[in-house]
Amino acid sequence: MSVSTLYSLVGSSLFCLGLYGLIAYGHLLRKILAINVMGTGVFLILVALAYGSREISPDPVPHAMVLTGLVVSVSATALALALACRVQENTGSTKLTEDGSD
Amino acid sequence: MRTFSGKLIIIVLLVALVGLLSWAILSLPFHGASLRAQVFGNLGNSGVSNPVTAVLLNFRGYDTLLEIVVLFLAALGAWSLGIVRLPDTMHPARPFLLALLRILLPAMVLAAGYLLWAGAHAPGGAFQAGAVLGSAGILLLLTEVQLASIITNWPLRIALTAGVVVFTGVALGTMILGGHLLEYPRGWAGTLILLIESVAAFSTGITLVVLFIGGRPSKSDPSVALKTPEERKEQL
Amino acid sequence: MTWSQWLLDLPLALVLIWLAWRLLTSADLFKAVVLFIAFGLLMAMAWVRLQAVDIALAEAAIGAGITGALFLSAFNRMNGVQRKDDKDQDDVKGRNV
Repeated sequence: MSVSTLYSLVGSSLFCLGLYGLIAYGHLLRKILAINVMGTGVFLILVALAYGSREISPDPVPHAMVLTGLVVSVSATALALALACRVQENTGSTKLTEDGSD
Repeated sequence: MRTFSGKLIIIVLLVALVGLLSWAILSLPFHGASLRAQVFGNLGNSGVSNPVTAVLLNFRGYDTLLEIVVLFLAALGAWSLGIVRLPDTMHPARPFLLALLRILLPAMVLAAGYLLWAGAHAPGGAFQAGAVLGSAGILLLLTEVQLASIITNWPLRIALTAGVVVFTGVALGTMILGGHLLEYPRGWAGTLILLIESVAAFSTGITLVVLFIGGRPSKSDPSVALKTPEERKEQL
Repeated sequence: MTWSQWLLDLPLALVLIWLAWRLLTSADLFKAVVLFIAFGLLMAMAWVRLQAVDIALAEAAIGAGITGALFLSAFNRMNGVQRKDDKDQDDVKGRNV
């Protein structure tokens, strides 16, 4: 197993761990944490595959894509956190409810 | 998740997903396709010598333009969610923090400038510099400096939009001069990239500070930051 | 993969997965946010191992620093947490913080 394969497997595990955290917990902050972990997993897979295809140095195009993705991820997280604070201010609860269930 | 069996089904499905993804990854060819040759072949014409910066701001400059617009849109969204209490600007001054910040803030501005300049030939670039500037702004917010009374309305708005405006202006300018979108004129690539990166770094820093505030910083009534949500609703 | 790579990368990979598991399932939300910041910093190390130094710089500054600060600020606002030293200083400025 090469370094690249190891980190790709870590990336896919992080993605699935994040997906479990997103589904299993109701608290909005936990969901946003889980989405961030999922995004980090995807970036790991991208960069690990770029490292794996190297001859001298890794492929720079996935690096640029991940850099863009990182900034987009922080903007989405910031907006999601602002919305979550608003939801908590307006409804008083930190979970999204549908007609009283969950 | 109420039931244990529900959780079990989810766990089984996710383990299956991990297995599927791992099988997909392990069955990839060892030396996959890569764009490395194209990038390094055209690096001389791109105006910078760091391949990641060249890809970000020259070869795939359109993606970076849209990324800056996304950052701006997030700030717009957070801004329109209402006036929010400024975080912790009224607490008693902590002398150690203030003394530390007197040393740290100029060093952070210097580090941001270095990262911006070094992005052309070494790891670095506009977003790293913008993030350091944003962190400096957040640290400033956490002290007793009341930024809402210092940053008035219009300079803040100009600073937030400067990155998008300059980048779009350069893009439209290249189209007006006869090329395609973001096709820099020969010999001007390095200068234009530096211009776009500097304005984008500054604008990104300010945007990150606004995202941290989480709403529109209020200047007209500084005491609105101290009211509880119920009192603010009465006021509005 | 040489033995030196195994020595560096395997512990890093295992700690990353374990940290992600702990931060997602921890009962205390504040602990989860702090673990997330630590996760971001270890991620920066992983980026360096994959020869992606630009991403490492950005992850340390944006991923760990800015996102961590955002989460802490949101956690504060959602829980209405009063910092412990405020209870002593409430009378100093005569208003509620």
